[in-house]
Amino acid sequence: MIKVENLVKAFGPKLAVNGVSFTVERGEVLGFLGPNGAGKSTTMRMITGFIPPTSGRITIGGFDVVENPITAKRLIGYLPENAPAYTDMTVMGFLRFAAELRGLRGASRDKAVERAMELCFLESVRHQSIDTLSKGFRHRTCFAQSIIHDPDVLILDEPTDGLDPNQKHEVRSLIRRMGEKKAIVFSTHILEEVDAACTRAIIIDRGRIVANGTPQELRQRSEMAGAVTMRVKGPTTTELRDRLQSLSTVRKTLFVKEDGSAVCARVVPSPTALDGQLEESLFDLVLREKWRLLELRTEEGRLDEVFRSITIPDTAPSKKE
Amino acid sequence: MNTDVSVTSQASVAELNGPRWSAVGNVITIAKRELTGYFTSPVAYVFIVIFLLLLGFFTFMVGRFFQRNEASLFAFFMWHPWLYLFLVPAVGMRLWSEERRLHTIELLLTMPVTAWQAILGKFLASWAFLAIGLFLTFPMVITVAYLGDPDMGAVFCGYLGSLLTAGAYLSISSMTSALTRNQVVSFIISVVICLFLILAGWPPVTDMLVQWAPTWLVDLIASFSVWPHFETFQRGLIDSRDLIYFILVMVFSLFTTGVIIRSHRAG
Repeated sequence: MIKVENLVKAFGPKLAVNGVSFTVERGEVLGFLGPNGAGKSTTMRMITGFIPPTSGRITIGGFDVVENPITAKRLIGYLPENAPAYTDMTVMGFLRFAAELRGLRGASRDKAVERAMELCFLESVRHQSIDTLSKGFRHRTCFAQSIIHDPDVLILDEPTDGLDPNQKHEVRSLIRRMGEKKAIVFSTHILEEVDAACTRAIIIDRGRIVANGTPQELRQRSEMAGAVTMRVKGPTTTELRDRLQSLSTVRKTLFVKEDGSAVCARVVPSPTALDGQLEESLFDLVLREKWRLLELRTEEGRLDEVFRSITIPDTAPSKKE
Repeated sequence: MNTDVSVTSQASVAELNGPRWSAVGNVITIAKRELTGYFTSPVAYVFIVIFLLLLGFFTFMVGRFFQRNEASLFAFFMWHPWLYLFLVPAVGMRLWSEERRLHTIELLLTMPVTAWQAILGKFLASWAFLAIGLFLTFPMVITVAYLGDPDMGAVFCGYLGSLLTAGAYLSISSMTSALTRNQVVSFIISVVICLFLILAGWPPVTDMLVQWAPTWLVDLIASFSVWPHFETFQRGLIDSRDLIYFILVMVFSLFTTGVIIRSHRAG
């Protein structure tokens, strides 16, 4: 549904987006990750036709966004960053306005408005003016606007920003459910969201894609992936460290420390070790030494670690429109 | 969740009605929203009250309407371009700067509407708002008709000229409003441009210019002015040249609005 090829956007001499390519098919939820100022919003603004790309090509359902903007825009629902809305309108008035611009009139308009209000839990504030709403409601009002015409493509820029944990959960499950029938791209900097809602994730840094894969695949890029943490009773820390280093399946001992009455250690498998071999040798070690094993756990790798290791922290103030 | 209540395929709605219908529909939808926006805020009521009070003051106190002893509305209409000078930019300054300040412009321009439909819809809404304010001056017409026997054709022309002047100023405000997200800056720039449009052809100024500038230059500058075109209408004449002047000012300014908006989006 969404096809982005070699997208470039230059603001003056600065390249905000630099050669980004990806596709999103129906049934996919793509998480768009990256530090602030990495080019997430700029990419989304180009996909939705708000700003033209400097070069590259975007097609939505086969329609080029630059050459055929109106047809492409019809297929898209868009939640811009910070969820803007006409603050002088009521929730109902705003959603009706959005529905009419989407070509819905009369009964089909009212039906679409009701459906969107129901999905976003807005019934209780339907006649309230938007400037009197709390941030969560305002956010969901703008979100309702993006799904009012039941679009095939949803572009959501930080859809859970400013929501409380319950609302975040609601929005994530809504995204996941809708993702079964639509092509969805959403940006976030909350990594747990990627696990909660995405089928695939892209990490973007300084305008370039630095990682692209399922959340599982991304986690495996972590140094921690495959590491084993154990907790045993019996040995001292130096004893355990010596024994662990003598094992051929261990490449590196990350730490050994006292943990209450027990000792805790984490080791990285050597590259030659087969799947499960490290766990096996650790278990044998415990049996041989007649220690008592309290815990033996294989680490999955953590997304935030991957994120930190492949993106460069941007401490310099970046210009953002 | 009930996705089964999927909206009866909006693509087919658009196909049935054709692109032309949907363009008109979009303009109307945008205009309707904008116009409702005026009346849900105090702006509309403050504007209308001030407009009517000032017009009354200038017509009766400064223009000496009764002392003139004429069954005409000249003393009434002659103040319009001056009043519009401040009041129209006050109405028009929020047109685009407000959209940019609230970031709703991102919402509006990612809808399946063209920038021209949005510009036209917003312009027509605020023009209609000014027309409502102007319409509320109808007691003046009743007064004159009661006291004497005015030429109703001339009164109609006077209103038409006034409305067109307001439209020309408004299109300029639309342009300056697209320039900046600061409404005060937008207001000041459009007042200056509108002031130029009045003064360039206002008799006291042209009389002064004639003394040292060549006639062709004075004529050239004066041809930019709304004043002579406005005056023709006040004499009860509808001249196609005057109509074309006002239409050109509006088309040019709205076109420039579009160019400015496009350049913002290009970054």
